[in-house]
Amino acid sequence: MKLGLVIDLDTCVGCHACAVACKQWNTSGTTGPLTDYDPYGENPSGVWFNRIRHFEVDNYPNNKTVNVPMSCMHCDDAACVTVCPTGASYKREEDGIVLVDQSKCMGCNLCAWACPYGARELDEDAGVMKKCTLCVDRIYDEALPKEERQPACVMTCPTNARFFGDFDDPNSEVSTLVRERSGYAMMPEVGYNPVNKYLPPRQRPKAPTVEKKEPASSQSLIGKWMKRQKDAFNDYGKGAR
Amino acid sequence: MHPALSVIFFTVTAGAGYGVLFLLGIGRLSGLTPGASPDQLTTMGIVGLVLVTAGLLSSTLHLANPKNAWRSFVRFRTSWLSREAVFAVLFYPLCLAWLASDWFTGNTTMTNVLGFVTAVFCIIILVCTGMIYASLKTIRQWHTALTPVNFVLLGLLLGALILGFMLVSQSLPASRLVFVALCVGVIAGLSKIIYFYWIGQPAGPSINTALGFTRATVRLLDVGHSSDTFHNKEFGFQVDKVKLIWLRAISLILLFILPLLLIGGVLGSVGIATLLVAVISAYIGVFVERWLFFAEARHVVNLYHGFQRT
Repeated sequence: MKLGLVIDLDTCVGCHACAVACKQWNTSGTTGPLTDYDPYGENPSGVWFNRIRHFEVDNYPNNKTVNVPMSCMHCDDAACVTVCPTGASYKREEDGIVLVDQSKCMGCNLCAWACPYGARELDEDAGVMKKCTLCVDRIYDEALPKEERQPACVMTCPTNARFFGDFDDPNSEVSTLVRERSGYAMMPEVGYNPVNKYLPPRQRPKAPTVEKKEPASSQSLIGKWMKRQKDAFNDYGKGAR
Repeated sequence: MHPALSVIFFTVTAGAGYGVLFLLGIGRLSGLTPGASPDQLTTMGIVGLVLVTAGLLSSTLHLANPKNAWRSFVRFRTSWLSREAVFAVLFYPLCLAWLASDWFTGNTTMTNVLGFVTAVFCIIILVCTGMIYASLKTIRQWHTALTPVNFVLLGLLLGALILGFMLVSQSLPASRLVFVALCVGVIAGLSKIIYFYWIGQPAGPSINTALGFTRATVRLLDVGHSSDTFHNKEFGFQVDKVKLIWLRAISLILLFILPLLLIGGVLGSVGIATLLVAVISAYIGVFVERWLFFAEARHVVNLYHGFQRT
């Protein structure tokens, strides 16, 4: 199994609901708390597993806003795991999820340095590295109804821009989406083979525009006569000036 | 990258210590320390070991959870940080055995073999330290063979200057060692200049490849967070361009030009004051150089925060 996410950049509206749902679930989950610093002060900040950035692609009139949610890509060749000296970072054989064993982490930050996607954040209070778990404490929970055994971000997305599934199964929803809509990986040149894929915005025909017509009044006989009088009045005396 | 003082102090000071111990380790074989008695050699070795230890202790200061530092020997097979930790710990019994052998038995085969092995370990550890940074594909300014080369050469340069100072202060001949320092200094200076040119070339990922929009311009509209995050603080460090040029010049002058002029001008009879000035100048120079090594490194995660290039 190779579990991961597909994120549709065409339908994502950048509402940050996935990030909030992630924080809500995980702060009380197995990797919690997701510590907040100065939560009610001037500059609230804290640990997040999922962050959304907003970009503008191309120039007017072809410009488009693209909202890009980013969390751990659960890379096939995850350098965050190989650089970790303590063995705290590991990638699960059975489903490819990359996790941190917080009881082993010494907080050296090297895994965060090795990650190109900014998926790992140090919890300054706990002194250990934290990251997206793909809601591993949720997707296997048999106490939950089957349709709820999905990551919190996927469950909550109001525009259905997030999909969760097995990339090893060629007929799964995620594999099909990637195949049919040219799903791609971010920053492939670094060579980490990220599992999560992004669906590009759809190519749409240019929005049709309507030629501006003369006001309806100018079509009628009286309207035409009124317009003639008005133009004559406006032109009156122009030659004298 | 945020230049953490504890890490800078560690790489500079421990590097100097390993440099001293490398030159001492091969000192008898290569004739770099002629006329030094066993107790003089041992004393100088202990100075080197103190430098190494001060550096290693400082390196634990940047850990957020140092109580788990002992676990860092586990991933020897893949992690350069783990390799460095393993070799740094193995180094101690080896180095102490060599110094003890020198102290008690003097110039014997045993002492020379132990000294040589210690010297090899010094180079291995310096390479490991450099490879921690050079192995990161996410930071193109570090992902180069010049990084470990630079760590080894600067460690040797500082070591040679410090050892030279110690030899002269004990009225021992140091002309050979000073000549070694001169050669290492010239090579290190050239490799540093090559490095500055190399990182000046545009290369690596851009905001377009980072997001997959490679056929149009891309710019950041909103970064999505309202105050500093871990990534801003750790990776977002930027130096003013003018300041950068000044610091580069200062590091090159303090690190290479001034010490090399001082020791190069009076090769035959280097005074103790001259060498002391050279040591202090080079140490500050390496400190500035190492600060720049971090400050100039631009992590690719900055592309998601609006950088167009790394």
